Amino acid sequence: MFQARSFTKVQELVYEMKVKQVMTEDVITVRPETPMRQLREIFLRNRISGTPVVEGDFLVGIISLEDFIKWLYDREENSLIESKMTRDVECLFADEPLVHAVSKFEKMGYGRFPVTDRQTGKLVGVITKGDIIAGLLRKLEVEYIEEEIQRYRASHIFEDIVADRTRLVFEYDVLGQNFEQAGECSSRLKRTLKRLGLDPTTTRRVAIASYEAEMNLVVFTRGGRIVARVEPGRISMDVKDSGPGIADIEKALQPGYSTAPQWVRDLGFGAGMGLNNIQRCADEMEIISSPGKGTHLKISILTGDDGEAGKNSREAQSSSSDRQ
Amino acid sequence: MKLARIVEKLSLAVRTGSENLDTEVTAGYSSDLMSDVIAHARAGSLWITLQIHQNIVAVASMNELAGIVLVNGREPEEETIAKAEAEGLPIMVTQLPNFELAGRLYSLGISGVPA
Repeated sequence: MFQARSFTKVQELVYEMKVKQVMTEDVITVRPETPMRQLREIFLRNRISGTPVVEGDFLVGIISLEDFIKWLYDREENSLIESKMTRDVECLFADEPLVHAVSKFEKMGYGRFPVTDRQTGKLVGVITKGDIIAGLLRKLEVEYIEEEIQRYRASHIFEDIVADRTRLVFEYDVLGQNFEQAGECSSRLKRTLKRLGLDPTTTRRVAIASYEAEMNLVVFTRGGRIVARVEPGRISMDVKDSGPGIADIEKALQPGYSTAPQWVRDLGFGAGMGLNNIQRCADEMEIISSPGKGTHLKISILTGDDGEAGKNSREAQSSSSDRQ
Repeated sequence: MKLARIVEKLSLAVRTGSENLDTEVTAGYSSDLMSDVIAHARAGSLWITLQIHQNIVAVASMNELAGIVLVNGREPEEETIAKAEAEGLPIMVTQLPNFELAGRLYSLGISGVPA
């Protein structure tokens, strides 16, 4: 999954970035009248294996280690670079997208391309595969740091908001009897909490509790509303409906007790465990209900001062023992 | 064990989420009751079920399960496929019945969620 994502990220960057962002600007160049025998020293000293040949600011050719070896083999001791260089040079423009450079390297198999200015035609840099890799890594690092900063800001939102009391409220309308939309509200809430940078255990507990509450609204009522309040130290949820109400709350809390119709059970719902699951995730839970008047379910999940899960959380305890 | 390896070993047919088979399967859980799965399956579990309706996707992703295997040759409903694709959730199908599949998973070294 991570591989797939970073691959597309690099692809995106290759289209977005320009040749001039990764090229080496400080180019070692030689002149046409430089003797071939000086190349050895130039290549060695600068740790390069090829270099553009320029007259003034303009590119006239390119000379590589390969040309140098050929020269050695030919034993023409006094040749000048201009007689051994490649004249018809493949170049890249500084403002071309990086993807052109990548495909040119792939197609032609050269080790480097001179980079020229599209308007003036002057040599402005050189690009190698190494430059591309280093440039991409630099850019990825910058974006990574920006993302980290953003994530930090999100998770410290309550420290950054200046108020005597801060509370974020999210409201979701649940449609009753609608199994196609069922679970939508809690998955939207879950996404929201993730975006806020809440710790994953808390997010998961809220998501599970709201999912079970949402399913109760879907199965038993004509719809209702989930209101989630996020404040420092706690997340509370109010789930309200004007549905049939619960006749015997104590009974409803017994694991396995359910009044769901058969067709709902056939779908695997109405197993009589919903409220128990909510209880397991919540630090506090209260049900106010009377038949014919609807139900008000109150849930609180403590997040602690440092954003960790509340102490009373059985869910948190059991998931930490899972890791052993 | 990676989900891709299990798919290969047990010849499961992948219906959705083929891009996410690289997940590590930490355990297995078999149930057809949604709340039961929510209560007992832990993140990273492979879920075996007969249910083919779209709500299995919400239950699986809510609990960050590794994937779902539908048994007895059952095929996911169209809406289920659409939702699973949107979530990138792997759904596999097999002709094997539930008990048989669980046994084979066990012999591959995938154990249940401890009570």
